[in-house]
Amino acid sequence: MNEAPSSTSPHDFPREVIRGAVVRFAGDSGDGMQVTGDQFTAAAALARNDLATFPDFPAEIRAPTGTTYGVSGFQVHFSSQDVFTPGDAPDVLVAMNPAALKTNLRDLKKGGVLILNSGTFNATNLKKAGYDVNPLEDNSLEGYTVLSIDITKQTVAAVKDTGLSNKEAHRCKNFWTLGLMFWIYSRPLEPTLQWIESKFGKRSDLVAANIAALKAGHAFGETAEVFQHRYEVPPAPVEKGEYRNIGGNTATALGLVAAAQLAGLPLVLGAYPITPASDVLHELSKYKQFGVTTVQAEDEIAAVCLALGASYAGNLGVTSTSGPGMALKMEGIGLALSVELPLVIVDIQRGGPSTGLPTKTEQADLLQAVYGRNSEGPVCVIAASTPGNCFTMAIEAVRLALKYMTPVILLTDGYLANGAEPWKIPNVADLPKIDVKFRTDPAGFHPFLRDPATLARNWAIPGTPELMHRVGGLEKDYDSGHISYAPDNHERMVKARAAKIAGIASDIPPLTMEVGDDSGKLLVLGWGSTYGAIREAVQRCRDRGLSVSHAHLRYLNPFPQNLGEVLKRFERVLVPELNLGQLVKMLRSAYLVPAESLAKVQGQPFKITELEEKIRQVLES
Amino acid sequence: MSDLISPTKLTKKDFETDQDVRWCPGCGDYSILANVQRVMPEFGIARENIVWVSGIGCSSRFPYYMNTYGFHTIHGRAPAVALGIKVANPELSVWLATGDGDGLSIGGNHLMHCLRRNLDVKILMFNNRIYGLTKGQYSPTSELGKVTKSTPAGSVDQPVDPASFALGVNASFVARSIDTEAQHLSDVLRRAAAHVGTAFTEIYQNCNVFNDGAFDAFTDKAVRAERQVRVEHGKPLLFGANNDKGLRLNPRTLALEVVTVGDGGVALSEVLVHDETNPAFGQLLARMPFPEFPVAIGVLHASQRPTYDGTLRAQQKAAREKLGQGDLAKLLRGGSTWTI
Ligand SMILES: Cc1ncc(C[n+]2csc(CCOP(=O)(O)OP(=O)(O)O)c2C)c(N)n1
Ligand code: SF4
Ligand SMILES: [Mg+2]
Repeated sequence: MNEAPSSTSPHDFPREVIRGAVVRFAGDSGDGMQVTGDQFTAAAALARNDLATFPDFPAEIRAPTGTTYGVSGFQVHFSSQDVFTPGDAPDVLVAMNPAALKTNLRDLKKGGVLILNSGTFNATNLKKAGYDVNPLEDNSLEGYTVLSIDITKQTVAAVKDTGLSNKEAHRCKNFWTLGLMFWIYSRPLEPTLQWIESKFGKRSDLVAANIAALKAGHAFGETAEVFQHRYEVPPAPVEKGEYRNIGGNTATALGLVAAAQLAGLPLVLGAYPITPASDVLHELSKYKQFGVTTVQAEDEIAAVCLALGASYAGNLGVTSTSGPGMALKMEGIGLALSVELPLVIVDIQRGGPSTGLPTKTEQADLLQAVYGRNSEGPVCVIAASTPGNCFTMAIEAVRLALKYMTPVILLTDGYLANGAEPWKIPNVADLPKIDVKFRTDPAGFHPFLRDPATLARNWAIPGTPELMHRVGGLEKDYDSGHISYAPDNHERMVKARAAKIAGIASDIPPLTMEVGDDSGKLLVLGWGSTYGAIREAVQRCRDRGLSVSHAHLRYLNPFPQNLGEVLKRFERVLVPELNLGQLVKMLRSAYLVPAESLAKVQGQPFKITELEEKIRQVLES
Repeated sequence: MSDLISPTKLTKKDFETDQDVRWCPGCGDYSILANVQRVMPEFGIARENIVWVSGIGCSSRFPYYMNTYGFHTIHGRAPAVALGIKVANPELSVWLATGDGDGLSIGGNHLMHCLRRNLDVKILMFNNRIYGLTKGQYSPTSELGKVTKSTPAGSVDQPVDPASFALGVNASFVARSIDTEAQHLSDVLRRAAAHVGTAFTEIYQNCNVFNDGAFDAFTDKAVRAERQVRVEHGKPLLFGANNDKGLRLNPRTLALEVVTVGDGGVALSEVLVHDETNPAFGQLLARMPFPEFPVAIGVLHASQRPTYDGTLRAQQKAAREKLGQGDLAKLLRGGSTWTI
């Protein structure tokens, strides 16, 4: 067949309707696996599958080619049913070189499909990947359905008329592969063709080459007769509405912009680049027309301080970072809580301690967020549970910061930041306004006058006549706001600051079950990005008749008011966390419950099966 | 900027607060405070549009004593807080009080970035060459070999000269004055206030408790004429009780030399004429070794370039003109969407 197939052309390949699949693309950092994954995901989204994605890339920008530490991966789970995680084990693994095979094969499902670029399995690459024997030639791949294709050669042949250099021609391999995957999963090519045009528009040779590669990969599926089937994944039954695909960092940024608009305040973001938080800075820096100002500060200390300065002057101050930057910000956060100004701190957690695992996920900043200041330094801490939920929780962080005149730490993590899911776009008119009142009345004014209900102090900003006053980190007199070293006053102020944060509990939703009954044998209580895996695991266990429920904390300081009571309704409580048991410590100390920890710190999210196994174990013990 | 202007004429009293000033009796900070309170009314800015920001140190208590808005922040970070204030509201007149430790040790990084960015704020550095508040350890401006509680055998690090540092990181305004030289300090403050951009003023300040007399060698009445050169734009660099000494540039070594001017000395025409717009002058004057040379005080450098906050505002305006007021509903919909 010479003609490139179009997505609608009928062919006599049987199309097997499947519920869904987990596909992982793995290759060298330079192989364009993230782009391939993104495009493959966009196609699944347009086919209205439910989905979740997770990219897994190396910390090195351009690790030496062919090495195992230079392997970049992208996993997508798409289905005609609800999807909660990017999937445990891929059904299909695309490995663009030996190193990608070496590092990813152990995750592939037994019997799974393995698509290999045999063109890269030469002596040099095999050696770099640490293979003594070519795995294509021994029996090590037995038990998988192996499709070994010289993708390099196929691609070079497909693009030979476009005049690209050999090196550039090689770089079109990912689109060839994508074309093949589109054929297998019966996806239309048009959206990607359009994307290529808009992406490479200025270089017509690249447009032509990538299109040729994409079409050639697709045609290969039709003609090569190595495939028995094409698959089709029907649309998922989801709530009516308008959807888009969204990643956690984008959702966080959009939530912040939305919140600033709802509050009618200009937003000032102070940030210093750090993985995996930089994209929040990048995203927000595009929104000047929304009254957003971003400042790339000289360090994280300056970033938090300038955000605080902006809040002092009556804007909404926000700072975003990850673990090491969080550590640097702590003194600034302490000042913010002492002068009682609104401030939102987004901590997109990554593996630590120290520089740790910059591109991997972890939830080990919880205690740092809740307790990490000198002296008694209470702040509000909340956490997002899914990429889309980052939007909601970013708005919530802003609402609480402004209402209670306090720093609010929003915890997300690398998994949420880089993962993506379909997101029902909210109707702007339905988002509740955030009420902000600046003090202007000089009668009886002092800067630490409190609202009796919220204990928030009044916010008087520079430029307001007759309200000139001084604030600072020194202790303040409760009744005048002036400096005070009086012993009783200090205790009173420490307690007032603590009571203000504790009082937020009456302003947040009570904890409800995500899955399962309100009482029973076992409660699995999670927080943050473990949501999807826990939810799916608990559902599966319940399907097998086990008495287990799932609840998920989005508010970590203060806890929801009914948390203690919820815990009491279950015989046992299991707390899975990507740390050594930080929430479990907080629960035990707050409620004296024998909550049990399931800890994992590998820079990787929980697998559903790990959680299922643990749930079964606990219920059997 | 018209709303910045104070509708009524203010006086020194208007800038005083009801707070007890808690510096040690005799501290140089008092005279700086009095001086600032005296000249601020001249600027005609309404008090509510003035913000004093400071870090931590004796000098950083300054905002508590000024009846304007004030923010006593954390050690070294005042320039960062001021950046946020100025970004949020560029209309405000923002002033910083910092010390040699606050500004050049823990906060050296922020000070550098503030100066190079040319944020439109006025910085007063109270240089007493000591850590006052923590009771007398040596500071980054203490002379080599300084004996203090933390350096009983003498400090081993070379000091930094604040003005030279500021010029080195491309400050647009650098001046020096002295706590007790009321007239001179007032003049420098007026110049700083009028400057658009970061105005950095180093003030030699006597800490009579932990570093008393640190500047006597050139501030004492008996010697100051011989040991200070008061620089003024467009005027020859002359000093001495009879204005009979001058600074000349040796073109071969590119170094300054002290010459006698007039009878038995060189002609006045050989003496350098100060050009504050040329940072090379500032740097030569800031780095003159003492006591071989006099100490230069006055405006060492002043030049104009766009400010950080001004440029930011312009970008914002341009974005609004090009893209219109942001539409949130459109933003949330992003690239491709699908409807079910
Ligand atoms: C993070 C932090 N570290 C240390 C201190 C203690 N400290 C307070 S002021 C100061 C030095 C102040 O020296 P300088 O800036 O020269 O001010 P001065 O008191 O001399 O006016 C130090 C070390 C502090 N407040 N915060
Ligand atoms: S310690 Fe020194 S600088 Fe501080 S108030 Fe006393 S005299 Fe002034
Ligand atoms: Mg000092």
